[in-house]
Amino acid sequence: MAVLLLAEVAGGALAVDATAKAATAGAKLGDVTVLVCGPAAAGDEAAKLDGVSKVLVADDAAYANGLAENLADLIVSLAGDYSHIIAPATTTGKNVLPRVAALLDVMVISDVTEVVDADTFKRPVYAGNAVQTVKSADATKVISFRTSTFDAAGTSGSASVEAVSGAGDKGLSAFVEDKVVESDRPELTSAKIIVSGGRGVGSEESFGIIEALADKLGAAVGASRAAVDSGYAPNDMQVGQTGKVVAPELYIACGISGAIQHLAGMKDSKVIVAINKDEEAPIFQVADFGLVADLFDAVPELTEKL
Amino acid sequence: MKVLVPVKRVIDYNVKVKVKADGTGVDLANVKMSMNPFDEISVEAAIRLKEAGVASEVVIVSIGEKKSVDTIRNALAMGADRGILIEEDQGVDIEPLAVAKILAKVVEEEAPELVILGKQAIDNDMNATGQMLAALLGWGQATFASEIEIADGKAVVTREVDGGLQTISTALPAIVTTDLRLNEPRYASLPNIMKAKKKPLDEKTAADYGVDTSPRLTVVTTEEPAAREAGIKVGSVDELVAKLKEGGLV
Ligand SMILES: Cc1cc2nc3c(=O)[nH]c(=O)nc-3n(C[C@H](O)[C@H](O)[C@H](O)COP(=O)(O)OP(=O)(O)OC[C@H]3O[C@@H](n4cnc5c(N)ncnc54)[C@H](O)[C@@H]3O)c2cc1C
Ligand SMILES: Cc1cc2nc3c(=O)[nH]c(=O)nc-3n(C[C@H](O)[C@H](O)[C@H](O)COP(=O)(O)OP(=O)(O)OC[C@H]3O[C@@H](n4cnc5c(N)ncnc54)[C@H](O)[C@@H]3O)c2cc1C
Repeated sequence: MAVLLLAEVAGGALAVDATAKAATAGAKLGDVTVLVCGPAAAGDEAAKLDGVSKVLVADDAAYANGLAENLADLIVSLAGDYSHIIAPATTTGKNVLPRVAALLDVMVISDVTEVVDADTFKRPVYAGNAVQTVKSADATKVISFRTSTFDAAGTSGSASVEAVSGAGDKGLSAFVEDKVVESDRPELTSAKIIVSGGRGVGSEESFGIIEALADKLGAAVGASRAAVDSGYAPNDMQVGQTGKVVAPELYIACGISGAIQHLAGMKDSKVIVAINKDEEAPIFQVADFGLVADLFDAVPELTEKL
Repeated sequence: MKVLVPVKRVIDYNVKVKVKADGTGVDLANVKMSMNPFDEISVEAAIRLKEAGVASEVVIVSIGEKKSVDTIRNALAMGADRGILIEEDQGVDIEPLAVAKILAKVVEEEAPELVILGKQAIDNDMNATGQMLAALLGWGQATFASEIEIADGKAVVTREVDGGLQTISTALPAIVTTDLRLNEPRYASLPNIMKAKKKPLDEKTAADYGVDTSPRLTVVTTEEPAAREAGIKVGSVDELVAKLKEGGLV
């Protein structure tokens, strides 16, 4: 089996964690070739991933900003050599792969959490309340992998690197701008510890106490949809069914009730701590350690005592 | 400009779904069904384009069992102009590829300049139909939209992406898929619900479009996710700190 993995590239650099996790998933299927749409340096990074046998680098402005129309055509032009076309289930992967699948007249299989065999995969449905095992009858399998369930491949490899080119810009969409949230904190999807705040935090200013705890722990900051919708936190922090799916060693939920849509994004965390003033809050049903308390007292105290 | 909005009837987002003991699926008997929440956002976006004088007509389409009529009527009550029901009752949901193929035929017939879909349906969470439709039509796609502006034959769309926000511009006709922050959908008022009953609604079947909807994926089993072991309540921050240290977590 030959696998083509679309690498995640952000800001001109390889997003190593997401790509390395998808590489682990891909290695369960066969021989992995990584397609890097970005500069040569990003290709060299990808060549170090364990289990990768070849890297294809498409260094062309048409592919630099993740525009699905251009990327999908490039992938389809390479598809003939592969039984599986895969990507991490990032917003880029989810934007591009269904387009690739439709062009190949095959179904896409999104957010796969387990490889059963070359045709059979597990994926969560209904906000993670059920897990489906699906078997594909298609000639080419197009799959996005949920990164939170795979370990990152190591970086001691040395795959060969080759340049590829495609038809370039289709002229359908054009990049205007990125508003990237700059942060010194670890990335949400790869962090070992996450401190999350919900509507209970009450305002953008008081979200500072969540950030202070996160900084003390070297953690990433997450948020519920209610906190994002209310403007306490930016959209890229949303954890849940329709935000990011995370599985850190430690997840500390502060002022989050525990709606199923939120749980869908964090219930695979190794240890969950909940701080909520309502002892009936559903978040306590998934928490390893629950603290019934006012977060405005408990969170600063925790920050101080750790 | 005509806007087409595909809407899906799904299990209500408040329902806690139960997996059937025999592993054949989830129990859908007697559970509340509603319009997919992202599709309410799409309908709202289309109606606002009409109110702003940008769109001339908002057409709703739903593919599924007969009861999807309720979902279409709901969108008409919000303010859409007419509906198309495409009945397809295989007893299972239709895959995004088949849905996209049927929608591509509807687009041929209706010639909209913009199709607004939800980014994902909350039952199967596939997040695929819009992108697949764009591919089949050879159109541009702007997914996960949190802002849409239509001007000079283009859709300028701000997208919610992993790193933050990305703005792209896509030539019309185009596909847009909606994210949560695009708008807050309105509720249909009682008079509008009454009016919606008189709005035109075409009924067709998938066979009318000559599309092969046979599935490419077979669901082998549907299981409960692994349950978490019950945790404990701690009485104080000190106790919490002690537990975290014990576990080597901090
Ligand atoms: C289509 C759809 C998709 C969705 N996707 C997501 C998603 O991806 N992620 C997500 O998170 N949600 C999602 N939601 C929303 C979800 O249903 C909930 O509305 C949301 O998670 C609630 O956020 P919350 O827990 O912060 O707020 P609330 O439910 O309002 O809970 C606030 C909690 O804070 C506690 N609290 C208040 N004050 C204090 C205090 N001083 N000290 C301690 N505790 C306090 C309260 O007791 C309460 O439990 C989605 C919903 C829909 C319909
Ligand atoms: C053999 C087989 C058996 C299956 N069995 C089951 C089962 O028992 N139970 C089950 O629940 N699922 C089952 N499925 C899954 C079913 O195929 C999914 O519904 C399908 O994958 C669609 O995914 P989605 O709804 O998440 O689409 P998405 O791509 O996430 O939907 C995005 C958007 O597309 C539009 N859209 C999607 N569907 C429609 C529609 N019908 N009409 C109008 N607009 C639409 C909406 O705008 C929606 O917001 C089965 C699939 C197969 C192949």
